[in-house]
Amino acid sequence: MSYDKLIFEVSKVGHIAYNLPPLDVDDIQLEDVIPDELLRHTELNLPEVSEVEVIRHYTNLSYKNYSVDKGFYPLGSCTMKYNPKVNEDIANFKEFTNIHPLQSENTVQGALKLMYDLQEMLKEITGMDWISLQPAAGAHGELTGMMIIKAYFEDIGEYNRKKIIVPDSAHGTNPASAATAGFDVIEIKSGSDGLIDMEALKSVLGDDVAGLMLTNPNTLGLFEKNIIEIAKLVHDAGGLLYYDGANMNANMGITRPGDMGFDVVHINLHKTFATPHGGGGPGSGPVGVKGNLVDFLPVPVVGKNDDTYYFNYDLPNTIGKVRSFYGNFNVMVKAYAYILSMGAEGLKTASSLAVLNANYVKEKLKEYYELPFDAICKHEFVFSGLKNKKNDVTTLDVAKRLIDYGFHPPTIYFPLIVDSALMIEPTETENKETLDEFIEAMKAIAKEAEENPEILKTAPHNTPVRRLDEVKAARNPIVKANV
Amino acid sequence: MKILEGLYYSKNHEWVKVEGDKAYVGITDFAQHSLGDIVYAELPEIDTVLNAGDTLGTVESVKAASDVYCPISGKVVEVNQSVADDPSLLNSDPYENWMICIEMTDKGELEQLMSPGEYREFCN
Repeated sequence: MSYDKLIFEVSKVGHIAYNLPPLDVDDIQLEDVIPDELLRHTELNLPEVSEVEVIRHYTNLSYKNYSVDKGFYPLGSCTMKYNPKVNEDIANFKEFTNIHPLQSENTVQGALKLMYDLQEMLKEITGMDWISLQPAAGAHGELTGMMIIKAYFEDIGEYNRKKIIVPDSAHGTNPASAATAGFDVIEIKSGSDGLIDMEALKSVLGDDVAGLMLTNPNTLGLFEKNIIEIAKLVHDAGGLLYYDGANMNANMGITRPGDMGFDVVHINLHKTFATPHGGGGPGSGPVGVKGNLVDFLPVPVVGKNDDTYYFNYDLPNTIGKVRSFYGNFNVMVKAYAYILSMGAEGLKTASSLAVLNANYVKEKLKEYYELPFDAICKHEFVFSGLKNKKNDVTTLDVAKRLIDYGFHPPTIYFPLIVDSALMIEPTETENKETLDEFIEAMKAIAKEAEENPEILKTAPHNTPVRRLDEVKAARNPIVKANV
Repeated sequence: MKILEGLYYSKNHEWVKVEGDKAYVGITDFAQHSLGDIVYAELPEIDTVLNAGDTLGTVESVKAASDVYCPISGKVVEVNQSVADDPSLLNSDPYENWMICIEMTDKGELEQLMSPGEYREFCN
C-alpha cells in the first residue's frame, strides 16, 4: 500500500533496462584515447534497475503527489487554478518546440507575432504603454521593475531617491527585490481595516523615496480602495508606484493597474494566465511600464514594421538583458492560447467567479473561524485560526487535518500581520460542489477541535509519513543521503 | 508571559538591559512565544554601528523570518555566539540569552522605551 523506497533500494547488481546488439565496430579502450589523469577510477554510484522497475518506482512516487489535477488546492496567494490542457497541446506544436532562439528573424515570424500580440494583450489587460516578456517569474519581474525605477531616477539625476516603501502585509519578495536592486526598504504598518494607513504613508514620503510597492487587492485579499489618492500622494512626492501582479486574478477585465496610477507592473503568466507553476513548470513574469519608462525596459522587445516583426534592441536607456534570449517562450504560448480562448468577456467572468467563490467560502466559514477583517474580499481572504481557541488547537493542526480530508491545506502563518493566518484562495475553476465539500470538511474540523482535539494534534493520519518534526528538520538538517 | 523588572522594552518586542555605558539587547518572552520554535539566528559583526531602529539581526522560526531591531544607538562590542550556535536558547530563556552588547552613544534614548509595566500593558 505505502511505497517508500529509494531507487537505490530497488537497485540489484546486474539489473539493466537496455539490451544492445553485439558491437559491429572495433572496441576502443578509453585508456588508449583519454589521458589517465582525466579518467575516473572509482565506480559511478548509479542504481541498476530494469525498465519495469524504473516505471513502477516513479509511478508509485507520482501517486504521492498532490496537484491541482488531483484535487482542490486553495493555497492563498498562489492562484492554484486548473490549467486547461488545450494550452499544453498548443505549446507542444512542433512549429514552436522545434525552433531555436538563434534562428534569423525572418524564419520565426510566427513566434515573433505571438510575442508581439501577447505584449499587446497584456498592455490592454494592465493598462500599461509597453511590455517586456523577458523576466522568468514573479520575483524576477519585481527585480526588473526595481532596476528600471533605479535607472530612471539616476537618469534624471535624482540620486537621493534610495528608499522603497513596502506595506507590512507585502509578499516577502517585495522587500527582497527592492533590497537586491540597491534600495533601502521602509516598512509601513497597515491600518486597522487591513488597508494602507494613509497617515503612515504620508509620514514617510519625501524626496528620498523612489517609490511604493503594492499589491492590489492586497495580501489580505482586500482592495486598496484609496489607491487613487495613494498614487497621487506618491506622485506628488516625486516617487513611482510599482504594482505586484500576484493578485491580478481578481482584476482581469474589471480594473487595471495602469488606471489605478501604477507606473511599473509585473504580472505572473504562470498564475493568472493559467500556465502550470509551483513545480509544474517554469514561470513568466512580464513587466509593463508607462510613459518615459518605456526606454528603460530590458532589450530586446518585440516590434512591428508593417507586417514584419523584429527584435528591437534600440531602447536608449535600457537596463540591459535580464534573461538569456527572450524569456520562457513556451509559457508565453500557453498564456496567449489561454487569453485567446477565454476572450475579453471570459477573463472578466473568470475574475468575477474567483471573487464570488472566495466570498462564498468566507461567509460559510466565518462562524467557525476568526475573520479579523470582515469585509467583502476579492479573490482570497485570511482567517486568524479557529474561532474557538479553548483546546489550543493551532492553525498548523487544522492544516494537517485537512490533508486527511483529501484537500491541500491553505497557506498558513502568512501574511505575518495576521496571527495564526489561514489564507484561502479557491480560484474560479472550482465548482460549487467542490467548495461545499471543502466547507463541510472545515466545519467538521472545527467541531473536532472542540470535541476531539487529539485527532487534530496528531494529524495527518492517512499519509505515507505522519506529522514531520519541522523544528528538528530545520535545526539539525541531514541533507545528504548515504547510499 | 514573563516580563522582567529592571529592563527597558521596545514596541518591536526587544528588551534592553543597561550596565553602565553598555547595554545588552535580546528578544522578549512575548516575541519568542509568537515566533514559535526558533531555528536560526543571525547576529551582526562586532564593531557594527547601529542607529536606534536599525536591523541588528534576524531570527527565523519554522513559521517566519523576522528582523530584530536595535532599540538604541551605538556600537556592537560583543555578540552572543552561543545564540547563533543554538538558537533554541532564545526559546528556553530569552532574557538570559542576550543577542548583542552595545556601547550606547545616547543614553537619553532609553527614555523612549517602555517600562516593564508599560510593556505589559502594550502586550495586552
